[in-house]
Amino acid sequence: MSTVRTTFSLPARVLHWTMAALILAMLFIGVGMVATVSEKHQWLLAIHKPLGLAILLLAIVRLVVRLRNPPPPLPEDLPALQKLAAHLSHWLLYALMIAMPLIGWAMLSAGGYPVMLSASLRLPAILPENALVFAWLRTAHGVFAYLLFLTFLAHMGAALYHGLIRRDGVLRSMVGGQARNPSPPMPDGAGVVNGRPTD
Amino acid sequence: MHDPQPLSRPPRNGLRWALIAGAVVVAGGAFAYVGGWLTSHRLTAQRLVDELQRNGGGVHPGYRRNHAKGVCVAGYFEGNGNASAYSTASVFAVGRTPVVGRFAIPGGNPYAPDGSVPIRSLALRFNLPNGQQWRTGMNSMPVFPVATPQAFYAQQVASRKDPATGKPDPAKLAAFFAAHPETAAFRAWAKTARPSASFITESYYGLDAFYFIDAQGGRHAVRWRMAPEATDTNPAPAGDDNYLVSDLKQRLARGPQRWHLLVTLAAPGDPTDDATKVWPADRTTIDAGTLVLTGEQPQDNGPCRDINYDPTVLPAGIAISDDPLLPARSAAYADSYLRRTREEAHVPGTTAPTHAPPEAAR
Repeated sequence: MSTVRTTFSLPARVLHWTMAALILAMLFIGVGMVATVSEKHQWLLAIHKPLGLAILLLAIVRLVVRLRNPPPPLPEDLPALQKLAAHLSHWLLYALMIAMPLIGWAMLSAGGYPVMLSASLRLPAILPENALVFAWLRTAHGVFAYLLFLTFLAHMGAALYHGLIRRDGVLRSMVGGQARNPSPPMPDGAGVVNGRPTD
Repeated sequence: MHDPQPLSRPPRNGLRWALIAGAVVVAGGAFAYVGGWLTSHRLTAQRLVDELQRNGGGVHPGYRRNHAKGVCVAGYFEGNGNASAYSTASVFAVGRTPVVGRFAIPGGNPYAPDGSVPIRSLALRFNLPNGQQWRTGMNSMPVFPVATPQAFYAQQVASRKDPATGKPDPAKLAAFFAAHPETAAFRAWAKTARPSASFITESYYGLDAFYFIDAQGGRHAVRWRMAPEATDTNPAPAGDDNYLVSDLKQRLARGPQRWHLLVTLAAPGDPTDDATKVWPADRTTIDAGTLVLTGEQPQDNGPCRDINYDPTVLPAGIAISDDPLLPARSAAYADSYLRRTREEAHVPGTTAPTHAPPEAAR
């Protein structure tokens, strides 16, 4: 009997939706805080740093969960180009969610700033002070933030395409719950998730 | 897997596509809105720095967009313990904290004559032993002209140089001051202020209010200033546009130069959100210690060059107040720092610095 999953594991789903909220919030905080001159600048900055560290730690946990729990396969009839785009965009998302906090931390270190997570909690510097390194890292932090946001838009658009147009179970595999796929019951046991029948 | 075709082509697919496109457009639009791209009249850090850049005579690659002309200094702060009852910051305990500082004059032109403005500034970075920092940027006047970043921006716009005369349009400046009566205290100071011949003999005011936080978590609204020990003020020499650095070198060659950090405690009701208003003179003032400056270096290669003197970088024991200028200074300084370090790093799209004044500016 095959044990092909149709949904992501529960830890993967919890991590996905938690991090989706955190990363989206982080992107809006970031783009807002570099523009605003209001008092929001200070409290957005105060949220940005500890939230970035939280995302880094969650991303590492998530990478481990992902490597230990292979995701459900994409639909076999998905065109090869879309499969490739799906795989590349997912690994790009993983790379960025790990790289962004590290670049932010390294950039503040290189800029000579104390990396304060609160009024008194300080992270150690991970690079020596160097304004040229700061300039490149700060530039990368901004460019990668836009890239991450664009990748998020593509990811969200693709998820909705799977859920609303193809209705092929891909969105359902991350939303979780009962498979409501209108296709005939799968005789090979693919409807068994985490050892439990889905019906 | 199954074939989704039989049921995936319902008649309402157009609506479904519209829903997907709508979700992407709404998310992207919200992002652009928060980033300030859809609201050209909203004041952003970038627009503020653009205006400072314009008034400084354009881009001077590698230089700060304001207070561009300056010199690095180094020394230490000798705390005496007097302020420790009000703030837990170790800088106030008895002992020395190393300091990297910078004297400057306001304006975005790194070649401006020293006598062109009556204001001098002193920025300091205190490196605390626990790795925390206290950064402050102070000016030689007791009040700031305006209370908000919007008014500061309006002042910069009103001060734009008329291309015909090379000077700000007096009518536009007059209109700005008429519309901003809060500038009265600054203007009264500016009327009698003369460009000093020395950085050393000036008092430097933090201008914005902050909070000191004591060991019990109590918050004390404060303002601070550095008061000089040297008071031998002389008239500025004529025919020299760079007398401040010569004077600084001569005086430091004779020995360390000292200031006292005077911390004024607010009484209940004293404004913490308005840098145009001085607090009454009878407020308790503490001498918190002595700033001792021992050496100077040119800013092109000195240790202050790569420091952004963001006044919101504070150690535990000091916190920002509700003064609206503080977040604006933090945001604008960060943008200025990014621009000039990118120029130093030759990031594509920027102009590499030459660190030589153009002939026209000499």
